[in-house]
Parts: sequence; C-alpha cells; structure tokens
Amino acid sequence: MSDIAQLTSSQLSSMYEVMCKSQALELRILKGMRSGEFATIIWPARGQEAVAGALSLALRPDDRLITTYRGLHDHVAKGVPLVEIAGEVLGTSVGACKGKGGTMHIAAPEQGLMMSTGIVGSGLPVGVGLALAARFQKSDRVTAVTFGDGATNTGSFHEAVNLAATWKLPVVFVCQNNLYAEMTPVEETMAIPHVADRAKGVGMPGITVDGNDPVSTYLAIRGAVDRARAGEGPTLVEAVTFRFEGHYAGDQMKYIPAEQLEEAKKHDPMITFRETLLSHPEITEEHLAAIEARAAQEVDEAVEAAKAAPQPDAAEIERDVYAERLVAGNV
Amino acid sequence: MSKKATIREAINSALDEALRTSAQVFLLGEDLADPAAGVNAVTRGLALEHGHDRVLNTPISEAAIVGAAVGASLEGMLPVAEIMIMDFIGIAMDQIVNHAAKLRYMSAGRTTSPITVRAVVLEGSGAGGTHSQSLEGWFMHIPGLKVVYPSTPADAKGLLLSSIFDPDPVLFMEASRLYGKRGPMPTEDGFRIPIGKADVKRQGRDITIVTYGPATWEALEAAEALSAEGIEAEVVDLRTLLPLDLETVLASVAKTRRAVVAHHAVTFGGPGAEVASQITEALFNELVEPVVRVGAKFSPIPARASEAAVTLGTGDIVAAVKKVAGAVRV
Ligand SMILES: Cc1ncc(C[n+]2csc(CCOP(=O)(O)OP(=O)(O)O)c2C)c(N)n1
Ligand SMILES: [Mg+2]
Repeated sequence: MSDIAQLTSSQLSSMYEVMCKSQALELRILKGMRSGEFATIIWPARGQEAVAGALSLALRPDDRLITTYRGLHDHVAKGVPLVEIAGEVLGTSVGACKGKGGTMHIAAPEQGLMMSTGIVGSGLPVGVGLALAARFQKSDRVTAVTFGDGATNTGSFHEAVNLAATWKLPVVFVCQNNLYAEMTPVEETMAIPHVADRAKGVGMPGITVDGNDPVSTYLAIRGAVDRARAGEGPTLVEAVTFRFEGHYAGDQMKYIPAEQLEEAKKHDPMITFRETLLSHPEITEEHLAAIEARAAQEVDEAVEAAKAAPQPDAAEIERDVYAERLVAGNV
Repeated sequence: MSKKATIREAINSALDEALRTSAQVFLLGEDLADPAAGVNAVTRGLALEHGHDRVLNTPISEAAIVGAAVGASLEGMLPVAEIMIMDFIGIAMDQIVNHAAKLRYMSAGRTTSPITVRAVVLEGSGAGGTHSQSLEGWFMHIPGLKVVYPSTPADAKGLLLSSIFDPDPVLFMEASRLYGKRGPMPTEDGFRIPIGKADVKRQGRDITIVTYGPATWEALEAAEALSAEGIEAEVVDLRTLLPLDLETVLASVAKTRRAVVAHHAVTFGGPGAEVASQITEALFNELVEPVVRVGAKFSPIPARASEAAVTLGTGDIVAAVKKVAGAVRV
C-alpha cells in the first residue's frame, strides 16, 4: 500500500464507502441469482473495487465516464443511484434505462455516466468524442474511459488512443487489467509485459499501478485527470487487479489455476484496504463497520425496490426506437 | 451410420472431420482452443486433438481474425473463423464485404477467398441490444457471399463441411439456443448437405411456412397447433439463404397457394421480404392471399424478460398463418 498520509481520512472513507457499496451490490445480486430469487446475468467486478474507489475520488461530478459490461462498480463510483443499477440488472422499470438496456448497457448521463458497452473496445473511440465535445464546448471537464486488458487488443483501442494523443484531448484511459479476457490469460494475447507500454507508441504517458490499492490507483488517475484538465493531453493508466467471480456470474473459472486465485485473494482490496484504513490514526473499527452497514442497507433497499417494480410495459418497449414513433405499417 | 447428437456435437464433429481430412483447414477465434474451448464449448477437444497450432486462440480483434482468414485463404488455406457473438461482426464487416466477398470478381478469378465465418446468434439470453441480433439480412445483400443457417444436427454437420470446402466465402450461422437440440447425425466421413438446397421439414396442403434456423422449430410447433384446428402447414426450411432454393419454395407454394415467411431477423427489410417478393413475382396468379412475413419487431432487442415482446415466438407464426389461411376450412 502506498502512503495513506497523502489523503485525508474523509477521502479515504469515501473511497471505502464506494467500494463497500459496489461489493455489497454484487454479492446481493449473486445471492439472488443463486437462490433462484430472480434470474439475470452480471459480469462481476468483485475484486476490482479499488479502481472504482479511485475513480470516484479522482473524477468531478461533471466529469464523464464510459465503462463496460463489467461496470457495476464503476456505476457506483460515478454516483448512479443504486436502485437504477439494480433495476437495470433485473430488467424492471426503475432501472436507469427502464429495464430495456440490461446490465451491459447502463447509462446515467446526469451522473456523467455516458455509456456502458457490451462490445469490447467500443468505449474508447466514444470517450474520445466526449472529450472532443468538451473542447468544442470550452468545458474543462475530463473524460475517463475504463476497459479491460483484452480490449487493448482491439483496433478501436489503437485508433482511439492515437487520436486522443494526436489531438491532445482531455481523456484518461483506465485499463482494469484483471489478467484475463474471458478465459484467455493476458500474456497469451500480447507480446509486451505491460498494457501501459502501448502508450509509448502513440506518444502519451503510460503508467502501471497496483490496481488493488485504491490509494496508488487514485494518485495515478488523479495525476492523469489533472494533466488532462490542464490541456496536456491523455494518459493511459493500467491498474493491475483480478476478478474473483469469473467472467460472468456462474462461470466455473476452470481456466484459472487454483494457486493463482488463492494468491490473488490475498490481495483482495476489500480486506487489504480495510486493514490499511485501520492503521490511520483517525479511523476506527466502529467507523468502518458503520460504512459497511450503511452500504448493505442501501443495497438491500435498492434491490427490494428493483424487485418490486414492474417490467417495462408494452408502450415502454415500443418507445425510444426513434425520437418519434414511426407510423405502424411503414416499418 | 448415424447417431443421436446435439447441434453442438454436430458442429464439433464437422470441424473435427475438416481438420482431420484436410491440412489446409485451421480454426481461429476468441477463446476457442482447449482447455477453455469457447463460451459454448462447441470446439471442445479440437485443439487437444489437432494441435494448438491449428486451433488458434486470438486476441479480441475481429477485424484481424477475419482479415487473417482472408489472407490465409488467398494462399490456399481453408480457414474457419469464429465470431463469438454475431453482433460483433460489424468490426469485421470490411474484411467480409469488401475483401472476402469481392476478391474473386475483382481479380477476375486470379485470387479467391474461400473462408468460412461461423457467427453465433445469442437471442434468448436476455443480454440485450448488442448481444441478440440475427443479422443474416446484411449478408444476403452482398454478391459473392453465401449464407447458411441450419436448424438440425445433420444439417449443421453436412452444411458446415460443405461451407468449409466450398470455393467461395460462406457465412455460417449458429443459434446458441439450438446448441442442445438433439437429432440424428451421420457419423461417416464425407457426409454433406449441399449449399443452396432447402428441405421440407413437414408436409402440408394448406399453406407453406418458409423459414430457417431456429424459427424452423417454432414453425413446426405452430404447424402442430394449427393441425389441431384443421390447417395443415408445410414447413420449408431454407437452410441456405444465399443462394436461395427458390425451386423448392415455389414448388411448395404452387401446391398450397398460400405462404408465410418466418424468421428471427427484423421483419422490415429482412430476408422474408426477398422470399415474399420472389414468391409473388413467380406465383402471383396462383396465390389466394398475399404472402405475409413475421419476424422480430422493428426495435432493438430489450434486455431480460422483455426480450420476448420484440422477438419472434410460435404465437406470431400461428397468428400469421391464420391471417393467410384462416378461411381454408370453411
Ligand atoms: C468486439 C467483441 N468481441 C468479443 C466480445 C466477447 N467478450 C466479452 S468480454 C470479453 C473479454 C474482455 O476482456 P477484457 O477486455 O480483459 O475485460 P474483462 O472482461 O476482463 O473486464 C470478450 C472476448 C465482445 N463483447 N465484443
Ligand atoms: Mg480482463
């Protein structure tokens, strides 16, 4: 862990709170799926909460974020109401997208969450466009785009980072390198040791950090955000972490060696960060327990509300294909 | 010889035979090699049997997957590229449409690109708009391509082998919801179903349901329900969309004089429009009623249970048939 003295106890607590809510939300959904309480699919980010904590502290409310199908933690980080996340996951009308988008496609522009994509790599070019718009609109807001290690093998990644670097756009590219792309270990699909090395080729800084440590991840992302806001262009931050629940909920993870998983769990950010926090002179066990209890309660309420809400009705399902409904018969 | 097998096993068996009998064949795609062997376990055992140098795991790079297949095919190889979920095919579209499909023509036959692209339709998973589409209509519009979409284990095996060894590029579609479907599957090497041949899956005198892929099963289910009401539907499974087996379709409709076209692709501008138009042009005077199309509603596919509100169901086919043939028995 890096030096927590660089942050105030309230900054540290707020990161921990985001992490707790993210963990509690996923565990609650997984529990519901496993017990048959409801059916859905999620791509869990359990294990990657430190990145969400860091993003939540590094971004301003008006800064933008784009994430992926593995994005529930990022949605929490950007302040999307828990009931909107849970509703979308369950496909009910209180969801951020009225239940029509689903887990993979959550958007909440009021909180600056402009898109979540189910297409690997596709968030990066869109993030470049968000940043371009900020420049046109003379806003100093910054865009963060987050994605996995596997996404850095797509053409979209390479085209987007080059464009952002060439145009010196205010973007921060945050790679959550969890060492696997579905079932494929990262080293099988790239010939360089670090994703961050890819930055050199387009002329922008690339930093690799311990993505299980919210403090060093925050410091790296914050530095990149400050650079972007100052007009100095994009940065690629690679946060090295791990996912504990498989690619999708229910994935048996046969392709992950048991020793690797066991070792990774020793660096579970929820455990290690908690221990670190307790070493802070102003942070007590009671304080952390209160944060955890609050997170659990808010998550429970959100999931109950999401469950109680109806599915989108027929009129809702027909809405939003276009701004105005096309005349029946013409389609 | 024949045995009961699932479509998953049939596709695996076809890939196995192709790899075993031709040194030109190789597979490439995301996560398809053992031990992972893909999200759908379709390629299980093939890398162990034939080597990881012939069953290649790729990075998430669809343009490069299909582009590399095109390149290798120019050198005489017979690559089978996998697009894990069809919705991702847009990224490889340039390679398929502007290269694989046109190289033979544009080089006046001096180069050819006999690739096979396997693309999986995930409708039924509730995953939402970017993981559920049936996009065959896009490819039917491209001269130079062939498009195949089987519904049974035997058809899947025979058509996949025909696709791999076909001299032209073939888009081979698979519905993940049909992977577990069981049926007889010939086991001997050399079994083939020709590309461009439809199959009458059910005989009937009153109306023809022209369909393909997973909709074949809904059409058969609809036909049973209609039979109880005295309407006997003939079900023609196209199996290949490009080239279309018009002969079989027209022979059936000439007999029944009524037709419904059913598919999971969006109805508007979809494959059914082409089929309906061809039937109408050829049999205008024979038809008792206009040909009716049923497919997905004109909407992105919503997530979770709402999916069913937009996608094709057996009830849609029954309703369409009743619209066209409702007066048959009176
Ligand atoms: C263009 C595209 N190709 C393939 C897929 C299927 N797919 C979904 S997630 C995934 C792995 C992505 O790995 P990574 O970028 O490391 O993100 P992670 O899931 O590990 O967070 C793949 C191949 C997809 N969604 N989009
Ligand atoms: Mg990954």
